Amino acid sequence: MTGLIGRTAADLAQALASREISSREATQAHLDRIAAVDGPVHAFLQVDAEGALAAADAVDARRAAGEQLPTLAGVPVAVKDVLVTKGLPTTAGSRILQGWLPPYDATVVSRLRAAGLPILGKTNMDEFAMGSSTEHSGYGPTHNPWDLDRIPGGSGGGSAAALASFEAPLSIGSDTGGSIRQPAAVTGTVGVKPTYGGVSRYGVIALASSLDQVGPCARTVLDTALLHEVIGGHDPADSTSLDEPMPDVVDAARLGATGDLTGVRVGVVRELSGEGYQPGVSARFAESLELLRAAGADIVEVSCPNFPYALAAYYLILPSEASSNLAKFDAMRYGLRVDDGASTVERVMGATRAVGFGDEVKRRIILGTYALSAGYYDAYYGSAQKVRTLIQRDFDTAFAQVDVLVSPTAPTTAFKLGEKLDDPLAMYLNDVATIPANLAGVPGMSLPSGLAEDGLPVGFQILAPARADDRLYRVGAALEKALESRWGGPLLARIPTLTEVAR
Amino acid sequence: MSSISRDDVARLAQLARIDLSDVELDRLAGQLTAIVDAVAQVSQVATPDVPATSHPVPLTNVFRADEVRPPLGQEAALAAAPAAEGGRFRVPQIMGEEP
Repeated sequence: MTGLIGRTAADLAQALASREISSREATQAHLDRIAAVDGPVHAFLQVDAEGALAAADAVDARRAAGEQLPTLAGVPVAVKDVLVTKGLPTTAGSRILQGWLPPYDATVVSRLRAAGLPILGKTNMDEFAMGSSTEHSGYGPTHNPWDLDRIPGGSGGGSAAALASFEAPLSIGSDTGGSIRQPAAVTGTVGVKPTYGGVSRYGVIALASSLDQVGPCARTVLDTALLHEVIGGHDPADSTSLDEPMPDVVDAARLGATGDLTGVRVGVVRELSGEGYQPGVSARFAESLELLRAAGADIVEVSCPNFPYALAAYYLILPSEASSNLAKFDAMRYGLRVDDGASTVERVMGATRAVGFGDEVKRRIILGTYALSAGYYDAYYGSAQKVRTLIQRDFDTAFAQVDVLVSPTAPTTAFKLGEKLDDPLAMYLNDVATIPANLAGVPGMSLPSGLAEDGLPVGFQILAPARADDRLYRVGAALEKALESRWGGPLLARIPTLTEVAR
Repeated sequence: MSSISRDDVARLAQLARIDLSDVELDRLAGQLTAIVDAVAQVSQVATPDVPATSHPVPLTNVFRADEVRPPLGQEAALAAAPAAEGGRFRVPQIMGEEP
C-alpha cells in the first residue's frame, strides 16, 4: 500500500512532527479510503469526518504555533463502538442502543482526544462484544479484507478490518475472551490485551466485568506500543484500574526490534496445539519458534493442565456476568423502548429486549440466568470460579519457568461468513487459545506469523505475567523483525487489492 | 447432565425479561442443553479443596477523596430517555391491574 494510508503510525507521527505532512492531510486520506472501500468491508458503524477533521485542524494549529505535542498527535484512530463517545452515536453493535448519544466520553476516548488523535469513527463489532466473527452485530457483519466472503474475527472485527484495509493506522479494541487477539490473527494485524486493570474500563459498555480489558490494535508492534502508552495507566474513575506505573512498552518494542532475545525463556503451551489446529496454523507457529530460537531465545515446552477446562469455565462466567450487566437495558432511561401504550413496565421490558437484542445476546443472557439460578449456582458458576483459580495456578507455575508463553492465537484461519452461525459451540471454540489469559488477567498479544495453505493470515500469540506487558512487546518486535526480513516486508503487503469505488 | 426443557427456557426468559417466540423457545432449549452439557465439565476438576476466584487481580476496596464534583446535569441525563416529563424519566405503569 502506497501513500499516506500505507504508512505506519510511527512514520506518520514523525512526518507530522517534522511538518512534512499535516494532520488534516493524514486524516483526510483515511476518510477518503473509508469512503472508497468501506462499503464492502463495513468496518465502521459511524464515520465522524467533521469531528476528525476539526481535531486534525486543532493539532495542526497547535503545531504551527510551535507547541510540543504528544508523539501520536495528529495520527487518526478508529474506536470500537463499545467505548462511549460524547455526542457520537454509540451502540455496542446492538439495536437496543441504535442512535444513542452518550453524555460523556470513556476515559480511553478522553486520553485519545487529549493526545491529539483525530477519531475517524466507531467500528463494528458483535453485539455487546459477544462473538468471534462480527456476524452477531445488529448492523450486519464486517468482511475480512483478505477475502470478503470470510469473517474478520470478533468481537472486534471492525477494528481489525479497518487496519487491514488501510482505513486507519490505529484502532482501539476490547478483549473479554480474545476479541482483540483473534481478529488480529485472522486479519494479519497486531493486537494487545493488556494486563487486567492496565487500561481504564470507565465508559466501556460492560460485557463481563471481571474479564473485559480495552487494548491497542495496529499494523506493527511498535505502533501498538505507542497507542498502548497513550491509553494505559491508572484512572481514578475505574476502581479496578491498577494504581501503579505501567511498564515502558515503547522501549520494550524498540529493544525487541534489535532482534536479540538472548536469554529470554519462551514456553510453548503443550495444551494449545495439536488436535483441532489447522496444519497451516501449526506450520507457521513452528517456523516462528525457530526464528525466536535463532534470535537467542530458549524454547521449552510447558504444560498447563487445566487450560482444557478454560473454555467451559469462560462460557459459565461470561454469560453470568453478562446477564446481570445487560439488565440495565430496561427501556426506561436510554435506548430503545417498545411500548403499546397500555403496558406495564415488565411487559415493556420484555417486549423491548425481545426486539432490541439479537440471538446470541439472548442465548447468553438465558444461559447466564440459568447458571446463576438457585440450585445450579454451585455446580456451574461456583465450579467455574474454581477452574479460574486452577488456570491462574497453571500460569503461576509456567511463569516460574519461563518469561513468556506462546501458542497459535486461533486454531484456524478466517472461516466463511455464515459457516458457524448455527452452531454456537463451534463458534465458541475459536477462543480456545485466547480465553485462559482473560480468566487469569494476564496480558497477551497476537501478531502475524504468515499465511496458511489457504493464503489467509495466521496469528502468533504471546502471553506474559500480569503487569509485564513489556515482555509481549520485546518478544513480539523481535519476531516481527525476523519474519519481515524473511518475507521482505510486512505481511499486509500481500493482501489482495480492494476495489475502490469512484468518488 | 441436566437437559434444559422448553418450559425451563420460558421461565428463565421471564426472569431475564425477554419475550421469546415459540420458535426461539424450541431452538434455545436444544442449543442450551448442548452448551450446558459441554460446560458442565468444569465439575471434573472443581474439587472442594480448590478456592473460588472471582476476580483476576486481588483488590482491596478503593475510595476517592470526599470532594464535591459536578454530576451529570438533569438535562444531559434525560436527553436520551425514551420519555421524560417534568425533569424526570416517564415510565409505564409499574404494577399490573388486580386480576
